[in-house]
Amino acid sequence: MYSNAYKKLVSLPPLLWVGLFLLLPYALMLAHSFWAVRDGMLVRQPDLHNYVTLFSKPVYAAVLVRTMRIAAAVTLCSLLLGYPLAYYLSFHAGAPKELLYQLVIVPLWVSYLVRGYAWKTILGSEGVLNGFFEYLHLTHGPVAFLLYSPFAVVVMLTHIYTPFVFLPIYAALEHIPRTLVEASEDLGAGAAQTFLRIILPLSIPGLLAGATFAFVLSLGDFLAPLLVGGASSTMIANVVQSLFGAAYDRPLGSAISVGLVIITVSLLVLSERLEKRWRYQ
Amino acid sequence: MSGHCRNRRGPLLLVYAALVFVFIYLPVIVLILYSFNRDGVGGFPPRHLTLAWYRQLFADAPLWDAVANSLKVAAGSVTLSLTLGLLAALALDRASFPGKALFRRLVLLPLILPGIITGLSLLMFFVFVGAQLSLFTVFLGHGTALISVATTELFAGLQKMDRAQEEASLDLGATPWQTFWRVTVPNLKLSLIAAGLLIFTLSMDEIAVTFFLTGRDNTLPLEIWGRLRRGITPEINAVSALILAVSVALIVIWYRVRTRGLGADARELLERP
Repeated sequence: MYSNAYKKLVSLPPLLWVGLFLLLPYALMLAHSFWAVRDGMLVRQPDLHNYVTLFSKPVYAAVLVRTMRIAAAVTLCSLLLGYPLAYYLSFHAGAPKELLYQLVIVPLWVSYLVRGYAWKTILGSEGVLNGFFEYLHLTHGPVAFLLYSPFAVVVMLTHIYTPFVFLPIYAALEHIPRTLVEASEDLGAGAAQTFLRIILPLSIPGLLAGATFAFVLSLGDFLAPLLVGGASSTMIANVVQSLFGAAYDRPLGSAISVGLVIITVSLLVLSERLEKRWRYQ
Repeated sequence: MSGHCRNRRGPLLLVYAALVFVFIYLPVIVLILYSFNRDGVGGFPPRHLTLAWYRQLFADAPLWDAVANSLKVAAGSVTLSLTLGLLAALALDRASFPGKALFRRLVLLPLILPGIITGLSLLMFFVFVGAQLSLFTVFLGHGTALISVATTELFAGLQKMDRAQEEASLDLGATPWQTFWRVTVPNLKLSLIAAGLLIFTLSMDEIAVTFFLTGRDNTLPLEIWGRLRRGITPEINAVSALILAVSVALIVIWYRVRTRGLGADARELLERP
């Protein structure tokens, strides 16, 4: 029913725009990753030396491992907080369920910076938590490791990504037919058995989606280490940032970025495959 | 059935769930509380409650310049990404063209990839074309990255729309142009409002992309970011409290509009942010 002119008119502007302002920039980054900087000048001679550098200098592997460990810790903590919350809301919350659900998702869109800053004021050596400990006479003098440590980064990112993890898990739990749960209980399974053999397996797609969100989003974060992490928790995106800034090696920074994109996209694809395999029906 | 479940495992689970809520909300509550604290952002308990930090905040000209900059960028981004997002959603819904599958994925990339990747790619692009970094480049960055949000929301809206109305309009002699403005757009009104609110909120709060694209003028989050490095006072708590109030209000409106707009299926779509 739509004419060809109509179809052209609606598809051409976004195609051109996205081609110019997204595809071209991403392609430029890919191209940079094969170029080099010599004497402060960009040399457009494509080769693989940036990638060779990444694999041959152990410092990059070390930062990547640290980043992965932080991201894994964030994922695990978000799951440990998000899953029981989702389970409680879906199966036990009763009437206030809808309101509680909205209370969990509101922070999802609320200022990353404000929430990060909140942790900075709480964990600092003269922060709220240390003040609280002193007040209770639990400690004498500030506990310093709270802020400017990988611990602080994990706490801050867990706080930010728990609602992200909660959402798909809650959705998966809501989709479990309650008749299955009833049948299991009628047939004599205890609550634990019903959970382990019915509810948990059926919620795996949601769990995977949530875990992937948390891991992937943490992997590329560079603001949390700057805000609460300090030098001991430099992550891979901070290396990219410094290569684009003071260190002035955009090609090497681009190569790391390309690596980050490859890791991110492969994880998303892998998680989508796994989710499909675990999907009910 | 959940009755006897609740009796046995309920209390423990209830306490745990309550603790998770505390974890999610306590930092924000502490932040707001200390915006009234005379003696700084830390320590315990907060003493000498005062509105001085809010007074200081309202007299802080550079901060309000940053707010104005953010508002300009956000308003521009909403316009740009809604326009292109609407066209993209229509294209994905109704047209077939070479590279459609690629286009669909490409549009979503800024949502999926770390902000630093999109920010730096755009930075290199602007350097490449010789553009001066300014609020205008920030606007182009936000507007482009957030087409993803507009397209997702509006595509969902289009899928719910009854095409018979458009068909009737065309059959009764309206031009495609008239049909677009009198049938298509009014039908998408709620989706447009919902997408607009979300884009506005996300643009006002964006740091990762803005970080690399801004020139001399700061947006509000970058102004705050800069101040965090120079030592912090409860004035930052005060401005954070205001940001929170505004964004919570916008998000609640967004959620209401969206739930109303899409009816029972809203939940289904909300599952994947």
